[in-house]
Amino acid sequence: MQITVTVNGTAHTREVEPRLLLVHFLRDELRLTGTHWGCDTSNCGVCVVQLDGQPVKSCTVLAVMADGREVRTVEGLARGAELDPIQQGFSDKHGLQCGFCTPGMMMTCRALLDRNPDPSDTEIRVAISGQICRCTGYENIVRSVHAAAEIERAAQEVHQ
Amino acid sequence: MSTDTTGVAAPGTPPTEVAPTQVCASTPMGYGSMRRKEDARFIRGQGRYLDDIALPGMLHGAVLRSPFAHAKIVSIDTSAAEAHPKVKAVITGETLAGLGLAWMPTLSHDVQAVLATDKVRFQGQEVAFVVAEDRYSARDALALIEVDYEPLDAVIDARKALDEGAPVIRDDLDGRTDNHIFDWEAGDSAATDDVFANADVVASCDMLYPRVHPAPMETCGSIASMDPVTGKLTVYTTTQAPHAHRTIYALVAGLPEHKIQVISPDIGGGFGNKVGIYPGYVCAVVGTIVTGAPVKWVEDRSENLMATSFARDYHMHGEIASTKDGKLLGVRVKVLADHGAFNGTAQPSKMPAGLFHVFSGSYDMAAAHCAVTGVYTNKAPGGVAYACSFRITEAVYLIERLVDVLAHDQGWDPAELRMKNLLKPEQFPYTTALGWEYDSGDYPTTLQKALDIAGYAELRREQAAKRERGELMGIGIAFFTEAVGAGPRRTMDILGLGMADGAELRVHPTGKAVLRLSCMSQGQGHVTTFAQIVAEELGISPDDIEVVQGDTDQTPFGLGTYGSRSTPVSGAATAIVARKVRERAKIVAAAMLEVSPDDLEWEKGRFHVAGDPSASAAIADIAMAAHSDLELPEGVEGHLDATCVYNPPNLTYPCGAYICVVDVDKGTGQASVRRFIAVDDCGVRINPMIVEGQVHGGLADGVGMALMQLMAFDSDGNHLGASFMDYLLPTAMECPSWELGETVTPSPHHPIGAKGVGESATVGSPPAVVNAVLDAIGVRHADMPLTPAHVWRAMRGEPIRTDLAIG
Ligand code: FES
Ligand code: FES
Repeated sequence: MQITVTVNGTAHTREVEPRLLLVHFLRDELRLTGTHWGCDTSNCGVCVVQLDGQPVKSCTVLAVMADGREVRTVEGLARGAELDPIQQGFSDKHGLQCGFCTPGMMMTCRALLDRNPDPSDTEIRVAISGQICRCTGYENIVRSVHAAAEIERAAQEVHQ
Repeated sequence: MSTDTTGVAAPGTPPTEVAPTQVCASTPMGYGSMRRKEDARFIRGQGRYLDDIALPGMLHGAVLRSPFAHAKIVSIDTSAAEAHPKVKAVITGETLAGLGLAWMPTLSHDVQAVLATDKVRFQGQEVAFVVAEDRYSARDALALIEVDYEPLDAVIDARKALDEGAPVIRDDLDGRTDNHIFDWEAGDSAATDDVFANADVVASCDMLYPRVHPAPMETCGSIASMDPVTGKLTVYTTTQAPHAHRTIYALVAGLPEHKIQVISPDIGGGFGNKVGIYPGYVCAVVGTIVTGAPVKWVEDRSENLMATSFARDYHMHGEIASTKDGKLLGVRVKVLADHGAFNGTAQPSKMPAGLFHVFSGSYDMAAAHCAVTGVYTNKAPGGVAYACSFRITEAVYLIERLVDVLAHDQGWDPAELRMKNLLKPEQFPYTTALGWEYDSGDYPTTLQKALDIAGYAELRREQAAKRERGELMGIGIAFFTEAVGAGPRRTMDILGLGMADGAELRVHPTGKAVLRLSCMSQGQGHVTTFAQIVAEELGISPDDIEVVQGDTDQTPFGLGTYGSRSTPVSGAATAIVARKVRERAKIVAAAMLEVSPDDLEWEKGRFHVAGDPSASAAIADIAMAAHSDLELPEGVEGHLDATCVYNPPNLTYPCGAYICVVDVDKGTGQASVRRFIAVDDCGVRINPMIVEGQVHGGLADGVGMALMQLMAFDSDGNHLGASFMDYLLPTAMECPSWELGETVTPSPHHPIGAKGVGESATVGSPPAVVNAVLDAIGVRHADMPLTPAHVWRAMRGEPIRTDLAIG
């Protein structure tokens, strides 16, 4: 099947098998390897990307289902050299160790901040509760999201 | 004379004064919390993990696995798979037998089938390997392979493995008539029996440290690429120990070692899962030899959980003796160790139970003894790890549970009982009844600090009040002594390779440096921490130090990263190699300043003439001079570099006091961790932020193992935890906000006093959680994992065996 998927603002047209998973489309077809794969059962969330702004597990979406839609991956977070606040937050607060879960965590948390600019600890934990990190024990991920929220608030104050 | 400012940056802040996670505004010239250098790539999605690598013309492998735990292979028909248009090769045990590769040595004096030839011995065992043009086709072709099995009775319950008439699993081994692997003892049995015979009080307990799996988020995988012209084999692989892998490939495949390059790219977590060599790796090597193209193999999650290294699986009968007023006297234990179908545990070769014999723990005991029996069962081989420091996690669980059982029996307070028996600071160095020489520690202070943070007395009052109201709350304590940094090479080796680590440091003419390490990060932040060690020693900014790891062509030999050994061993090698460079720099500086080296004094980053700080040479200028035409004294070679192989004189002994507070729902048996206090003493902290992160991760591990991670088998040997839907890992919802503290007693024999911390929390936290849950429900003992169903049963006096499917 031929599909056209817009990924990080660029439209990609490809001939794909109907069974191809979005995660493999991104990784193998487009060579955007920042989105990872980690389980067979939609439990781990290292594959999370945004589909039309909503976080989804790209191992549980067929590439053909993304036809005509917008996908945002970790590679689409930074604007040139400028990091997205969520990336800055993870770096400042040691929100990652091996980094394997990190892109998925950041995509989910980016979407969280978009709808809730000042989430509580619990709201952050609930947002990432469908994802697993084996390294950080989550504490510093929570701190990272708070830090990102703070960066965004500070930036807004400057704007106003 | 140049006055380069490299050397006059702020001196490194003493580690104890840096508040954890307070990242320094600027890069510290040495120790202190700084942002990780590696993060810039990871947060942009530019990590380079194994599956991210695509070589030109690369093919994809997939493994066909056994659905049976024990079955004879009658026949394998691969013709339909071979006829698949995208399949390039189908490899079976028979193919491998022709190459002499059907079996490979394990790390524990045994052999393991690469692809089964005669029979399968655990569910998920490797039977055939397909190489195809893409990963989907390789999987499709697996379904086309016909294997005719004749099922056999399986040995699933380890406690029945030695029964008369039990099926013999390893009939491939000459003369095998049972499932016994080894008997091993440590300690003085007679002296221990004596202590027990004369003790006022003895408490005993049967406990299982169940089989668990490290389950890093990235599964294991490998890409093998043989250059047919040069005969060079390049293996990209998820390994925590690249050099050990290269040597093993040379030994297994008979390939010349200088023609093998093992590259470990970024690793998405290891925790011990990525120490061993798995059949899939060997199949990828055979695949590239057979097809002439690079072959990638990456396991899926169920393969990871079913077939690559599990950990633990220790059935323990422990006993502890004390006086009637609570002075601990001795401990003894009998262990039945379930090693699965092949004895593949990765312990130091001379230690079949690893370092389990530190089980006298943190207490002053007159005598201790253990007897360990290893058996084969129809389960996956392994026993390699899961951040256990070579079975210390089992040892700590044993002693910390026994202390609580004793307290429970006698009505003693578990905190008081521990405080009374902890080793005193003045007893160090302390030699245990089992012969370990603990290097340093201030255990009572560490425990007191944890009790203070927790507000122990107040918690007990709250618990009493809640009990009045019929609510269940529990407080669990564990005090652990770790033994890490394996090891003195005289006593510790893997397959005859002594556990010493190399390091190489070169300072370039412009004063920037490259450090080459033998160990390999799986997320621990080596690139940052090791640069900080050099920074501390030489006064070169960590940003100006490139740390190279994970490529056997680029790094010196060493045994890799596991057993919390990177900082204790490679960290020591790094400090020493930097000091060697400093010694050379001193000679060069003396020549530059035209004084005797004896007249020079070191301040971080520069030498100056004693009594005349203005006459000085900064390290960058010294580096340039070392490469210049400057006349150097006879015998001094010039340039600014050094190598070192560090052979640790002893292990290092981190310790910690952990307190867990849980609430248990009476109606459902659900235990939730409300608070977790962890005071760790890992000696000098190089980057406190990273240390704290390591502890956080290990604590989550402990919550998972204690409450959730269930890996049971049914009577046919079906693995009941083979996906993340069944093998539950802790999420952010099960983990509290960790409360950390620290004490610092430097290791006296380590060049920078650091002790290592990677596994401390995984070792120390499970007994704290279990002790808390059992304290809440007032039950003497029940095995991990304390799932709601199990807690509910335990509350009714019917705890279950968690290694077997509930009947
Ligand atoms: S890969 Fe695990 S949830 Fe998508
Ligand atoms: S940082 Fe390693 S899994 Fe999250």
